[in-house]
Amino acid sequence: MATFKTEVRSGVYYDSAKLMSLQRSLAGLPGVLDAGVVMGTDSNKELLAHIGLDTPEVKATKPDDLAIVIKAENEKAALDALAQVDGLLAARKGGSEQEYQPRSIESATDMLPDAEWVIVSVAGRYATAVTREALRLRKHVHLFSDNVSVENEIELKKEARDLGLLVMGPDCGTAMVDGYGLAFANKIRKGPIGIVAAAGTGLQQVATRIHQLNSGITFGIGTGGRDLKAEVGAITFLMALDVLARDDDTKVIVLTSKPPSPKVAEEVLKVARKAGKPVVVNFIARPITTTRDGNLFFATGLDDAARLAVELAHNPPKLVSDADLPIKKFTAKQKYLRGLFSGGTLAYEAQHILYGYIPRVLANSPINKEFQLPDAFVSQENCIVDLGEDEFTQGRLHPMMDNELRIRRLYEEAKDPEVAVILLDVVIGYGSHPDPASEIAPAIAKCIADAKKDGRHLEVVCVVCGTDEDPQNLNNQMAQLKAAGALVDTSNEVICRYVGRILRALAERDEPKAHALGKPVDLEKIKKPLAAINVGLESFAANLKDQGAPYVQVDWKPPAGGNEKLMNILQKMKSPRK
Amino acid sequence: MVDIEKANALAVEKFMEARPVAITLAKALEIVPGMHENMLLHAGPPVTFERMSGPTKGAMIGALLFEGKAKNPEEAEKLLKSGKIEFSPCHEHMCAAPMAGVISPSQLVYVIENQTHGIKCYSNLNEGRGKVLRMGAYSEDVLEKLRWMEAVLGPTIKTALEAMGGIDVRAILAKALHSGDDGHNRLDTASLLWTTQLAPYIAKTAKNTETAFEVTKFLGENALSILNPVMAGCKTMTAAGHNIEGSTIVTIMSRNGTDWGIKVSGLGDKWFTAPSPVVKALYFPGFTEKDACPDIGDSVITETAGIGGFAMATAPALVTFVGGEPRDAINTTLDMYEITEGEHKQFTIPFLDFRGTPTGVDIRKVVEKQITPRVNTGVAHKDPGVGQVGAGVVSAPMKCFEDALIAFADKYGYN
Repeated sequence: MATFKTEVRSGVYYDSAKLMSLQRSLAGLPGVLDAGVVMGTDSNKELLAHIGLDTPEVKATKPDDLAIVIKAENEKAALDALAQVDGLLAARKGGSEQEYQPRSIESATDMLPDAEWVIVSVAGRYATAVTREALRLRKHVHLFSDNVSVENEIELKKEARDLGLLVMGPDCGTAMVDGYGLAFANKIRKGPIGIVAAAGTGLQQVATRIHQLNSGITFGIGTGGRDLKAEVGAITFLMALDVLARDDDTKVIVLTSKPPSPKVAEEVLKVARKAGKPVVVNFIARPITTTRDGNLFFATGLDDAARLAVELAHNPPKLVSDADLPIKKFTAKQKYLRGLFSGGTLAYEAQHILYGYIPRVLANSPINKEFQLPDAFVSQENCIVDLGEDEFTQGRLHPMMDNELRIRRLYEEAKDPEVAVILLDVVIGYGSHPDPASEIAPAIAKCIADAKKDGRHLEVVCVVCGTDEDPQNLNNQMAQLKAAGALVDTSNEVICRYVGRILRALAERDEPKAHALGKPVDLEKIKKPLAAINVGLESFAANLKDQGAPYVQVDWKPPAGGNEKLMNILQKMKSPRK
Repeated sequence: MVDIEKANALAVEKFMEARPVAITLAKALEIVPGMHENMLLHAGPPVTFERMSGPTKGAMIGALLFEGKAKNPEEAEKLLKSGKIEFSPCHEHMCAAPMAGVISPSQLVYVIENQTHGIKCYSNLNEGRGKVLRMGAYSEDVLEKLRWMEAVLGPTIKTALEAMGGIDVRAILAKALHSGDDGHNRLDTASLLWTTQLAPYIAKTAKNTETAFEVTKFLGENALSILNPVMAGCKTMTAAGHNIEGSTIVTIMSRNGTDWGIKVSGLGDKWFTAPSPVVKALYFPGFTEKDACPDIGDSVITETAGIGGFAMATAPALVTFVGGEPRDAINTTLDMYEITEGEHKQFTIPFLDFRGTPTGVDIRKVVEKQITPRVNTGVAHKDPGVGQVGAGVVSAPMKCFEDALIAFADKYGYN
């Protein structure tokens, strides 16, 4: 018959690593069958219940009680084990010893004024207050702790942004600064690539692959997995991106994330396009519609991202800006695309590609029902009209054979003062109209001329699908269209991407300026040799010691011994009274 | 709206600006505010005769015998129980006195003047080590010494002090901290400096050479000669920072062998008390912890002012009391920085690059970090009349500070 002995200690606090090591040591003692050492939180008590260690004393514990349960062969073995608790707790592992462990971040700051970083790994319910204290002392925070609410995360990150400080986390496993790893991290050589990751192991995978490919990194900045969720809105991610964009040692940036909010992901990419250096993007579960968009390079996975980054660092690509686009020629009112297609698949592809540039394109045959154009005969906003659809072909020839309807629609669209771009396809070959350009080109020319009279620039772009051996002759068709003033290409994708860039530039032209970035992070300061203050798991301090980075371990205890009433008063006394 | 930070900075600034000077001695009845014929002062927060610790009772008996109000201890005890004698804490009368801290109306007391703020505080004459009234001893030899102190020692020092224009207690402390004293438990250097400053004037002004010899010898042999003026001096410092609206700084810490008590600058005259703990001590041969009276005396006014246990890092000779290694002494001081408002401008620690001693205990920091003030102190026997049995360190009880914080929240609306 097994004996259970329980000891409860109130108002004490040890980090979970310490408790686990104590538990392991106790379980290994002679005559001990099992041991449980936990702080008395509900989830911990459940854990003990699962393994049958939930004695009545354990059930009565509170979150700030340390519960030690021994299941032993007999009472003596259990009592002997309990008698060893203090000795085992006092046993310090080598590596993180320092002569004096301060009790607060403030005192640690006095001891190590050069520390720019505070690593926080205390229990989640205390992590917000500890992080806030670190921010108050103007430190960047690597917030390893989990179980921090998203509301608190947002508050902390906003507070940090106003101060020009990074809050990496919560639940941020990894960060690499100045060749040193914080928390879970690999030894990566210094090099030209900077990484921002809302993904702990994602950062580790990319960084290690970069190292294996004989390159290295400047920074690996973790943001916590929720940073790219809609609620948080990439606060830390954007700040980190800004740091890497400004850092001259960073030649290539890698952005990676656990599945992001699509809207936030696009926001981030919008900013990334202005980084002025190549940015490799790997957002898990975000569909890739192109491998490259200006300075953005889209990777198919973490490994591919590392490979791409290393390659781009070796062979810097020529970066084209949007200067080639005719944005300034448009009037302030002009902003929409009207795509008038004869080919159904080309119309679909146009929608698909354009979604990579702008969020909303209506169509009479939309990929996504949400973008249904209510009336195919009346254009609205940005829209793609497939004139080969049934509604247009009842009682008349297909638009690949008869241009009349499309030309009539072309004139209509060209008159609309909000229209900036008109996109047409011209499909030739057997069965098609014998010389479509002969009818379409003059119409284009008239539209452009009429618009000009009206003080507008109209951008007309055409994709021509055919060959030089087709009866209509590709070159002949293209020449006519070009002469009319259209931009012409044989690739639907090339044409659509060109249109996409214009529409995106127009949308951004009309957006209120300035992304809320708060105060920029002081680049010089975070490039100083790493020194850190560690609050929580002592093993993280040991890691810093092993890497030769100066550090101070804080002997942290829950404020007011975890007494809610007193904690509440203290908190109120810190902030100005209402 | 109160600005706690500003209030605290002001309180501690006043602690540090205060310049206590020992100017003279006078009869308690004539100079101590509120003192009357049937009053006995004692250390610590208020206490009834029933709850009084052994040393306090013993010292009260001794005081009545000394005053001639009782012929023998039994009569004295009867008088004490009769309700005819009023007991009052030294701190309520601008006094601070060591251990039992009993001051009776006809005792001579030092007058220490804070010349920055014009505050005067008082303390009695130190009796030296061994069997003494402050430890609750009241045998005939103890009383004999008290009578000699009143008749010879006190008047001689008074004349000398007046002749020399006073002694700057703060200046002596600042020097002593650089010479291995903590300012509370170890005052060897400070007592010598005190004696050497007095000696020439004693030689000059004493009744005769025999008196000069006796007095100088007594002062020179007593490593605690200056303890009482130091305590009154520290009280003039913290009193300067008391009653500042919105301040969470502790201005009095004190104990009577039964209770530990504190007062807080922004909380007026209210005491916050908890049972007095037993001192973790090294005991004199033949004594153990079982013989110890719980923590007692007003001498923790030194820690309140930023020296004593708080200045442990500068007094390595005292480390045997805290664990044996110099490192422990330094860590004690470093811990105290965690709970104090400022670093003293006058009292510095060479080993810590002349950093100022941790000054001004903030109840918020004590409660938040769960670190209470560390005090270096002597230990009295629990029974009256036995005397000192050891010395060591003690941590103040957390309850005083938690209760004070709650009262502060009530008063200033932080609930």
